[in-house]
Amino acid sequence: MQAARVVVTGMGSISPFGRGVDTLVESLFSMKSAVVNVPALAGFGGLRTRVAALVPQTDPREIPRKHRRSMSPMSMYATLACQEALGQSEPPGKYFVNGRMGVIIGSTVGSPIVTEEFFEGFLANHSIEGMRATTFFQIMIHSCASNVAQALGINGRILAPSSACSTSCQAIGYGFEMIAFGKQDAVLCGGADEFHPLSAATFDIMSAASVRYNDTPHLTPRPFDAGRDGVVCSEGSGILLLESLDSAKRRGAPILAEIVGFATCSDTSNIADPNSDSMEACMRQALEDAGIGADRIDYVNAHATGTIQGDIAEAEALNRVFGDNVPVSSLKGHLGHTMAACGALETIASIAMINKGAIVPTLNLDNIDPLCKNIRHVREVEQLSIGTFAKNNFALGGVNTSIVIRRYEYD
Amino acid sequence: MTDQEIIELIDTTLVNEFELNIDEMIPSAVLKDDLGLDSLDRVDMVIVLEKAFNFKMSEEETIRAIRTLGDIHNFVINKNRKLGKI
Repeated sequence: MQAARVVVTGMGSISPFGRGVDTLVESLFSMKSAVVNVPALAGFGGLRTRVAALVPQTDPREIPRKHRRSMSPMSMYATLACQEALGQSEPPGKYFVNGRMGVIIGSTVGSPIVTEEFFEGFLANHSIEGMRATTFFQIMIHSCASNVAQALGINGRILAPSSACSTSCQAIGYGFEMIAFGKQDAVLCGGADEFHPLSAATFDIMSAASVRYNDTPHLTPRPFDAGRDGVVCSEGSGILLLESLDSAKRRGAPILAEIVGFATCSDTSNIADPNSDSMEACMRQALEDAGIGADRIDYVNAHATGTIQGDIAEAEALNRVFGDNVPVSSLKGHLGHTMAACGALETIASIAMINKGAIVPTLNLDNIDPLCKNIRHVREVEQLSIGTFAKNNFALGGVNTSIVIRRYEYD
Repeated sequence: MTDQEIIELIDTTLVNEFELNIDEMIPSAVLKDDLGLDSLDRVDMVIVLEKAFNFKMSEEETIRAIRTLGDIHNFVINKNRKLGKI
């Protein structure tokens, strides 16, 4: 069976920089930081980190109440990002009704904000009195995917992968495979997360959250930098509309890039610690899936979150696969770690780099860690024609993902 | 509370909860067809009214028969009378 070619025909972003892909890309190229001091974090005993990157408030009423009532913030982010992704494309019309368009959107957990609200009453009163009928729909782990489908009337497949930092990279990969295998013509793929102090706490208790830059938040996180001290939690949603090439051509949709390879694997060496061997294996599998050698990769968008161990392991793995001459950058210095959204948001930005012919450098990379010097870091905006790039995401729980994407050559 | 005060409190509570227009709040308005309130909304409607009037409604059999806004007005007014709040 000949696998269908899969292209990107729309992109949508809700990020700490605000609404829209253009805002995201302009902010990244302008080397802005979205990280701020969050005074409310001081109210939690034992929590040392005080920094985060938060989505600017939007008017939720732009989503009709009927759909919004079952949404927590993360589902709203996902819905708005999907609307943008669909708007970039010609209206996909028939996909909304014939079951050939699906939704693959995941999150790290079900809404922590609504879960907290529920348990506040439940634990205090040992009662479910006052529990809203819509609470479950906001907390369920497939809340984003289901809410998007409901709000936009998409009646194909629904999938909600949940693998923390690898979530949306997996969503893109699984959508790619679903379309390549002919099971769907188009799929909205991505991830979403909402900030909650528990996200920051998760990293803080493992000594993997940034705690030394609370008063200078724009200086953290610091991927690959000698002065890095951990993750900065963030929020948002990134969505890509994937579509079979045939379908995109048939309806004259703009083609932004082509997905050519994907791999995901389980790192069983440790549930928390990164492992360069497993990362390397994942990247090699993605290249094999794409049917190309490492020499064909012009740029790598790294996962690099700014943790001590993770950045070293990724740099090692990158060096073994690509050597020390392929440009590498991480966008976590600008955005923080948007968790389940990061794979999609960073892929969107990387596709924008293809189309701009320039690479966004790593922010806050002032003094490269000697243990991360074995790869070619991009430290200022570089003009470069990118034919093909690789994108990594590695997650707690031992979930590794890599995608290979190339410029689409119209033929 | 007078009947009119009860009706006003019901209407404003539902307007705020379900983002309705106060002009729509006429007694003959059918909850599902005119106000767009489905089964999930009916659950939340009971919760907000219980909170507004500080009594339990959800275990009442007659609540199932409610179709219109006027039915709610009557239900709450009667309930208040039974409880001796009027």
